[in-house]
Amino acid sequence: MPAPDAAAVLCPPFGATPIITLSMAVIEIRNLQKSYRVYQKQEGLWAAFTGLVNRKHREVKAVRGIDLDVQQGEFVAFLGPNGAGKTTTLKLLSGVINPSGGEARVMGFVPWQRDNAYRRRFALVMGQKNQLWWDLPAAESFRLHQQIYAIDSASFKQSHDELVDLLDVRRLLNQPVRELSLGVRMKKLMRAALLHKPEVLFLDEPTIGLDVIAQHNIQKFLKHYQEVRQITILLTSHYMKDVAALCKRVVIINYGQIIYDGSLDGIVDKFSSHKVLTLQFGDGRMPSDLSRYGDVLELKEPEVKLRVERNVITDVLSAVLAEHEIEDVSVEDPPLEEVIAQVFSQAAKPTPSPSAV
Amino acid sequence: MLARAQTWWTILRISLEERLVYRGDFWIGTMMRFLPVVTQVFLWGAVFAGMGAAANGSGQIGGFNYSDMVAYYLLAMVGRAFSSMPGLPSGIALQIRNGEIKKFLVQPIDLIGFLFLTRVAHKLVYYGVALVPFAIAFYLFRGYFSGWPPVDVLLAFSISLVLAFLLGFFMEALMGMLGFWTLEVSSLLWIFMLFNFFLSGQMFPLSILPPPWDTVALAIPLQFLAYFPAAVFLQKIQGPAMWQGLAIQAAWVMFFVIACRVAFHRGVRRYSAFGG
Repeated sequence: MPAPDAAAVLCPPFGATPIITLSMAVIEIRNLQKSYRVYQKQEGLWAAFTGLVNRKHREVKAVRGIDLDVQQGEFVAFLGPNGAGKTTTLKLLSGVINPSGGEARVMGFVPWQRDNAYRRRFALVMGQKNQLWWDLPAAESFRLHQQIYAIDSASFKQSHDELVDLLDVRRLLNQPVRELSLGVRMKKLMRAALLHKPEVLFLDEPTIGLDVIAQHNIQKFLKHYQEVRQITILLTSHYMKDVAALCKRVVIINYGQIIYDGSLDGIVDKFSSHKVLTLQFGDGRMPSDLSRYGDVLELKEPEVKLRVERNVITDVLSAVLAEHEIEDVSVEDPPLEEVIAQVFSQAAKPTPSPSAV
Repeated sequence: MLARAQTWWTILRISLEERLVYRGDFWIGTMMRFLPVVTQVFLWGAVFAGMGAAANGSGQIGGFNYSDMVAYYLLAMVGRAFSSMPGLPSGIALQIRNGEIKKFLVQPIDLIGFLFLTRVAHKLVYYGVALVPFAIAFYLFRGYFSGWPPVDVLLAFSISLVLAFLLGFFMEALMGMLGFWTLEVSSLLWIFMLFNFFLSGQMFPLSILPPPWDTVALAIPLQFLAYFPAAVFLQKIQGPAMWQGLAIQAAWVMFFVIACRVAFHRGVRRYSAFGG
C-alpha cells in the first residue's frame, strides 16, 4: 500500500465512502473491464485455409477491473507501458467502445450510451489520429463544430478568440513552417476540441511526435487553460515532462489494472529504494574500492555515479567526504523514467492493485 | 429542430463551397464521358444494319429501335449522373478501417446524415457544371429523340431521378457499412460494381435480355439506377406501369434507408464491442 496522499484521501476505494462524496466526482469508474477477442493468425498456408472456417480467437483483457474517481477540476495523468490499457480506458470513457463489464459515469452519463447531451460536454483528442474534418479549411471546420455542438455565435466568438489568443501568441515567428506543421496541426485539433467548452477533456498522447518547442507550447496552453477553466482532464502520455508539467495526480496502469494512484513525487518515494550519488574526485585520484560505498552505475574518470541505499546515504556521504578529496558532489533521486520503467517491469506479474485492496 | 436544420444547412453550404473549388477538371471529365456514346452509335448502327433495319427504324431489339438505343444511352447517363456515388462505399469502409469513424461516435453528429448532405452538395455542384456538356450532347444527338414526352412522363422521369439518387446513396452506403464486418471490402465492392454495371442498365436496355434474365434483371432494385428512368422518358414504360414502377422504386428507397440505418447501428455496436 502506498502512503495515503492527497488524491487517495480525496478518492478512497469504492465501498469505503458515503454516497455523498461519490456523487461529487465528475468521473466515477467501478470495476471497469474490457476484453477484446483477437483473431489468432496461424502461420503457413494450410493454417490460413483452415483459419477461414475454424478461427482461433484469443481473449485479450485490456482493462481488468479499474476503480477510479476523478473530482471536478483535476488534471490526472495515466501512465503505463504500451498496451497497458490507458487508451482503452479513455475510449471507454468517451463512448467509442463498450465495456465487457463494470460501470462508469462521466458527469452522470453512461459514456457508451452516446447521449448527444453527453457528447456536447466532453472532448476527446487523440494525438496520433486525425479527428479534424481536415478536407475543410480551418475556419470552415470550426463553423461546422459550432453547428454540431450548437454553440451560439457570441459564445463561439468568445471561445474562438480566447483559443486563438492562447494558442497563437506563443508561436515562434522565426520557426520555419515545415518544422511547426505537426505542432500547428495539434493546435488546430485543440482549438476544434475546445470550441464547445467541454467540461471534461480526454487527451491521448497530445504531444506525441512533436518537437520540444511544440511540446512545451501545448503543455503551457493546457496548463493555463485548465487553471482558468477548471475543467477536468485525463491525459495519457509517454513523455514524463508532460506529466511533470501538468498533473498533480498520476495513475499508473499496467496490465489493465491500477498499480499506483498518487502524486508524481510519490512514485519515486514509493517505488525507489535508492538514490544516485555522483562524485567527482580531485587530482584524478580515484579509489579502486568504490563498490564498498554502493553499486557503481557509471565510471568516467574522475567522475563516478553510485547507487546507494536510501537509508545509508548520509553515512556514505560523510564517509566519502572524510576519506577522499572531492571536487563536486550531488545526491539525486534516480531519474523518474528509470523508476517508472522499473515499476512497469515489476508489475509484469499481475498483482492485486493497491486500490482494490 | 431549427438547430438541426441549421446544422444541415451549414454542412451543405460548406460542402458546396469545397466542391466548387474543384471545377477545373470537371468540364473535361464530363465531356470525355460522352465519348463512349459515339462508339455506341457506331456499334448499334452496325447491329441494326446487320438486321437491315438501321435506316428506316423498323427493326427492334427488346422494344428499342436504333434511335431509341442511342437516346437510351444518353438518358441512362443522366440516370447514372444521379445514382452513381463514386467513392462513397470505399470511403465509408476506409473511415471504419482507419478509425476515423470514431469522430462520429465522439461528436454529436450522425454519419449517414453527414455523408448524405455532402453527397447532395457534391451532386448539386456536379449538375450545375455538367449541365453545359449534357445540353451540348443532347443538342448534338437530338435527331435520335422523337420530341419531348408529355408532361406527366417528364414529371415521373424527374421523380425517378430523385429516387435514383436516394436509392444509389443508401444502397452504396450500405455496401460501405460492410466495412464494420470485414476488412476486405474492396473485392466485395468490385463484385457489386460489376453487377451494378450490367444490371442497372447502363450497358444496354434490360428489356433486350433473353428470358428469364430480363425478368430477373427487372425484379432487382439495380434497374432503378439507370434503366427505369430512361425507359420512362422513352415511354417504354407507360401509364399505370410507370406509376407502379415509381412506387416500387420508392419502396426500395425506404428499404435501403432502413437497412442502412440498421447496418450502421449494428456496425457501431460491433465496432465498439471488438475494435475501437
